[in-house]
Amino acid sequence: MFDTLKMKLHQKKQYIPDIKNAPMRTQFRGLPVLNNSVCDKCGACQGVCPTGALNINPLSIDLSKCTLCGACKNICKNSAINFSSYYKLGADKKEKLIVTEEITEEIYHKRAIEVRKEIYSIFNRSIKFRQVSAGGCNGCEMELNAAGNANFDMGRFGIDFVASPRHADGIVITGPISKNMAYALEDCYKSLPEPRIVILCGACALSGGVFQEASEINREFLDKYKVDLYIPGCPVHPLTFINAVLDFIRKK
Amino acid sequence: MNYYVMKNNQRINLLDIPTIEFNTLRAQLAATNLRPVSFFGSDWGQNVKLFVVLADDEKGELLVVSSLIDKNVKEYESITKDNHQYHMFEREFYEQFNIKPLGHPWLKPVRKNQDDYEFFEMEGEETHQVAVGPIHAGVIEPGHFRFMCQGEKVYNLEIMLGYQHRGVEDLMVKKPSNQLAESICGDSVIAYNMAYSQVMEELSGMEITNKAKLIRRVALEMERTAIHIGDLGAILGDIAYQMGKEVFGVTRTLVINTMLEISGSRFGRGLITVGGVNFDIDKDLSKKIVDVLNNVKNTVEKMTRATLKSSTVMSRLEKTGVVSNEIANELNLVGMIGRSCGINLDSRFDFCDEFYKDFERKSFNATNDAYSRFRIRYKEIIESISFVKKLLKKLEGYEKEDLCVPVKNFIPNSFALSVVESWRGELVHVATTDGEGKLSRYKIKDPSFNNWYGLSMAVRNNGISDFPLCNKGFDLSYCGFDL
Repeated sequence: MFDTLKMKLHQKKQYIPDIKNAPMRTQFRGLPVLNNSVCDKCGACQGVCPTGALNINPLSIDLSKCTLCGACKNICKNSAINFSSYYKLGADKKEKLIVTEEITEEIYHKRAIEVRKEIYSIFNRSIKFRQVSAGGCNGCEMELNAAGNANFDMGRFGIDFVASPRHADGIVITGPISKNMAYALEDCYKSLPEPRIVILCGACALSGGVFQEASEINREFLDKYKVDLYIPGCPVHPLTFINAVLDFIRKK
Repeated sequence: MNYYVMKNNQRINLLDIPTIEFNTLRAQLAATNLRPVSFFGSDWGQNVKLFVVLADDEKGELLVVSSLIDKNVKEYESITKDNHQYHMFEREFYEQFNIKPLGHPWLKPVRKNQDDYEFFEMEGEETHQVAVGPIHAGVIEPGHFRFMCQGEKVYNLEIMLGYQHRGVEDLMVKKPSNQLAESICGDSVIAYNMAYSQVMEELSGMEITNKAKLIRRVALEMERTAIHIGDLGAILGDIAYQMGKEVFGVTRTLVINTMLEISGSRFGRGLITVGGVNFDIDKDLSKKIVDVLNNVKNTVEKMTRATLKSSTVMSRLEKTGVVSNEIANELNLVGMIGRSCGINLDSRFDFCDEFYKDFERKSFNATNDAYSRFRIRYKEIIESISFVKKLLKKLEGYEKEDLCVPVKNFIPNSFALSVVESWRGELVHVATTDGEGKLSRYKIKDPSFNNWYGLSMAVRNNGISDFPLCNKGFDLSYCGFDL
């Protein structure tokens, strides 16, 4: 027992105190920074993009498809494409995920998530989710698990993953939604109590990502039900997830 | 015996692979004790061409042979009857080509959606079934488990997978990319991307620089370190030893954040590309990695010592979920799980390359239980950290080399194979090209493909409450299996 207690002393404090302004390593590929004026429309970036997230006229990146792999940055001769380490990428509408030259960190963050009165009034202190991996590769799942560890500790904001949809306010979906999971996903959704918040996590869930053309995918669920929050990334960084949910349930 | 003998990471001409009559092949496979590493069919006009790759681990050789089966022939005599190691392979082959192996002992679908399926049933007083999934209580991937219990004791566990099936193998032929390879199994990003890139490089006859090879291996060992540390924490979480769970959890963060500094992604996405790597490890970064890993090693050693001193931990780990060496051999368990059951397979050393050959292969005293699976992880963390340090030292000698070489076109009629030791174990990627130099078949075998049945054996005669501990000890991949 003393050894166990000694470990506690050895570890000291591990949590990130200010999660909203947590520093991010500069190497992290987050919000794209585009420079349309130097782009010569050669289309090389479109050729290497695995998900078709790029548009060159004018230059824009759709974060719902982007896997933040950086292949476009590496191939661009004119350095028209860069990635900043800005990680608050969540948005409440799919249109807001399209990044153009004009979009800076401030503009992106300001318009990304609007606080809805009914959400704020009910969930501002606590929100519980059921997570469903529907063809997810375990990348987003591991990062969502990490969001609950001693570093990020989202439990302190009242955000948690619970074991049953009956105990949850919403559902967090990862993966492109495989045919074999379509039924279970819908079943889980129907087991939630109202208002049934739906959060999509990761490029696969948002658009199918690299699996857009896969044969065993069935994304009908998303045509039927309304999505409340889109969180891009491949995989989603824990800070991206926590900040998106906090912006969703609390006033900025 | 009629085989084409090849090495790991080698391209051979498809037409050089001997094609023999099926019954001869069957007899040939029955007569050998070499284990299968790949077994798959490929469309061949009016026929299906069946490729079988066996591993000769002692010599470090891979033996390839093929056979043509007419599409109108709907059945053949099962190989599993003689050698149980083929049981999953034949089930998969049946599902993909609808050619039935006659006399297969447990011919069920592998990935097809199954509302109604067969399972071992037991009747009697106090017997009951517990069905779990596909959606589990934690944040993990989907799979369905059916426990056949009497009281608290599990007599059989029927594992049903396929919920993650996305059609990866077809997509790999249609639209291959590094990003897709990374997303097949997101916890083994480096291993999958490395195997994919090596296969692509072999198919087009590219020779990448030593620097790129070294950086790939550094990343592979760091991935192993990170995931093993996370797993130690998760195992302790499942037996409610909270301190261990949290300390290993935050220690893993240190490793993956260092990975972020190398590649811009915590799991190393975007690091490896066909032709080399995208990011360099310079002297400063190299020093930083060594510092972090020294710190990590110190914490892991301390925490493990404290953990194993705790009698409550030991009483849960010892003699829980035992898989005997005989069963492990019969099922061809591979990788870390195989090693924890006393099977000394490690493709890093069995199919040795110029970098691993200098490293010492240490023996492991397997006890086949959950304790063994805890210790093997600890051992491999310490080993991997020392490998990373040695690889980084070697990297200094190749500072001037390029990161990436230009990509070439595929050579027609090629067959290329790559075996990579992911943190779970032997990962096999095979690809073939047609006469025009286009990809014609891509086959992946995750180590989980061998090991899922081992989990089923491990929980037999254990309390059902020990299932999470066994499951986490195995920590198998759902998406790597389902593809």
